Amino acid sequence: MTARPGSLPSRIQAAEAARLAEIARRIRVEVIRTVNHARAGHIGGPLSAADILAALYFHVLRIRPEEPTWPDRDRFILSKGHSSIALYAAMALRGYFPVEELLTFDAAHSRLQGHPDMTRLPGLDMSTGSLGMGISAGMGIALGARLTGRDCLTYVMLGDGECQEGEVWEAAMAAARYGLDNLIAIVDHNRLQQYGWPGDGADGRIPPQAPGELAAKWSAFGWRVLEVDGHDVAAVVRVLEEAGRGDGRPVVVIAATVKGKGVSFMEGHYFWHTRAIRPEEFDAAMAELGEPAAGAAGVPR
Amino acid sequence: MTLAPGRPMREIFGETVAELASGDPRIYMLDGDVGSSTRADIFERAHPDRYLQMGIAEQNMLGVAAGMATMGLIPFISTFVSFAVVRPLDQIRVLIAQPRLNVKITPSYAGLFTGQTGMSHIIVNDLSIMRSLPNMVCVAPADHVEARLALQWAAAYDGPCYVRLGRDATARLFDDDHRFEFGAARWIRDGGDVTLVSTGAQTPRTVEAAELLAADGISAGVLHVATVKPLDVAALVAAAERTGHVITVEEHTVLGGLGGAVAEALSEIRPTPVHRIGLRDVDVESGASDALLDIYGLSAARVADQVKAILRRS
Repeated sequence: MTARPGSLPSRIQAAEAARLAEIARRIRVEVIRTVNHARAGHIGGPLSAADILAALYFHVLRIRPEEPTWPDRDRFILSKGHSSIALYAAMALRGYFPVEELLTFDAAHSRLQGHPDMTRLPGLDMSTGSLGMGISAGMGIALGARLTGRDCLTYVMLGDGECQEGEVWEAAMAAARYGLDNLIAIVDHNRLQQYGWPGDGADGRIPPQAPGELAAKWSAFGWRVLEVDGHDVAAVVRVLEEAGRGDGRPVVVIAATVKGKGVSFMEGHYFWHTRAIRPEEFDAAMAELGEPAAGAAGVPR
Repeated sequence: MTLAPGRPMREIFGETVAELASGDPRIYMLDGDVGSSTRADIFERAHPDRYLQMGIAEQNMLGVAAGMATMGLIPFISTFVSFAVVRPLDQIRVLIAQPRLNVKITPSYAGLFTGQTGMSHIIVNDLSIMRSLPNMVCVAPADHVEARLALQWAAAYDGPCYVRLGRDATARLFDDDHRFEFGAARWIRDGGDVTLVSTGAQTPRTVEAAELLAADGISAGVLHVATVKPLDVAALVAAAERTGHVITVEEHTVLGGLGGAVAEALSEIRPTPVHRIGLRDVDVESGASDALLDIYGLSAARVADQVKAILRRS
């Protein structure tokens, strides 16, 4: 179902867009449910990434959940590894492992470690968590795919805060030099980071970058820059299909998102980067996400 | 007896990886813009399409190597030890060692001999650092013969490994029929009074020190530990039982390297007096090789003097 290089991006059907939006909603529900259960884990970043992950795992990526090491699969690296719970939720819903296993998140012996551990969970294409690294590994995969003649695409999701890491720009320079148009970076541009820079913005903080700064930087480093509303799943699908049409340059999709998206009182606040959820907050969040309060999918809160 | 001169290990690096690549299409060379120094240029001439310049960006280079390894390729890393171990250490930790990816960290310019470049380029705690990473194994060949064998072993080994190579020639320790066995220490010389345990490019000098000691009536055995991790504990225990006293000698800090590893192992398994010869907790500087060996006490004569002093005190 994925558009490959050479095909024109098409407007996806309304029904498909609705399906993906519903999946994104379910990812958010599982994020809240799981983090609440684990009493640990990040919230804001996973919620901002949910629509992009739904588009990737349910429409864009060429993958076989029943054969996670399929050699010709598209690769996905969550460079912003602290959003692992959103990735795990997407993978569970896609059939990589049972949804109930999400309850083991962050627990000892779990395959669902706090940050992605590729040695434990089949389907993870790289271990991540120390920021700035996923893009280098993704470059190595894209380069390796070219050198071994594999027609697969490599997607790497970064945070906008993560783009403060120097390694991101080492990789950006090198990938452009190698003309790796099979490498697609996606910046989850939610305009917040963990604690932020003092200033007069929300919560007395200002965003990781000034408006337009990321697009200008990636462009200056030789990348094709595409921008999208990261919460419009149909638009995300369209832009990712466009990104897959190689023109000799690596591609970055800068997705405008809202940290904490989907739960009004979590949106746009630094303190929801990671925080224990209080019972009344859990009920309110579930209600906003259109989910009956307790255990709708057989999962206790 | 003086050992014959050997060949520069860095030349062996370029030649050997090129030879290996001729027989294995999965092998690539990733260079951090020092190929004309590490002699990755020899590889480049043989396999221009498999030489990948990564520029002056070591963190990215190690990350790219990890990604390539997941695609079934075997990347060898060309840079200096100083830039291969500490600058991209977090990439090695998270992207290579923890996921056990098949990356060959094979830098040269180990120890004091960095072409008179000074303290920024001299790193003497690389073994301490690398041996403390879970899943990482560490090999330090003694001469060019063993360097070639160690690189051949590394290409065949499925997992992350660190092969510590020198820039310059050492004295030649081994004949062409030498065999390198991963994980096995090797007796170079027998001796009943004390055992000198040595690694890497220091071993030829340690052997020469043992000969100087013999001239003074001291019988010193030499155990060469090419594989610093995993350590050949059985050989160390045998040495401890034989001589009751072990002295480690390394062109490296005494903190946590070979000396640390030997002391850790023997203190738990067979408590034995262990003394460590190597760089103490000191700054380093640029200078001619002979001068540096003299300053840091690693020439054959200086090692022999220290061994005698240790034995007198013991």
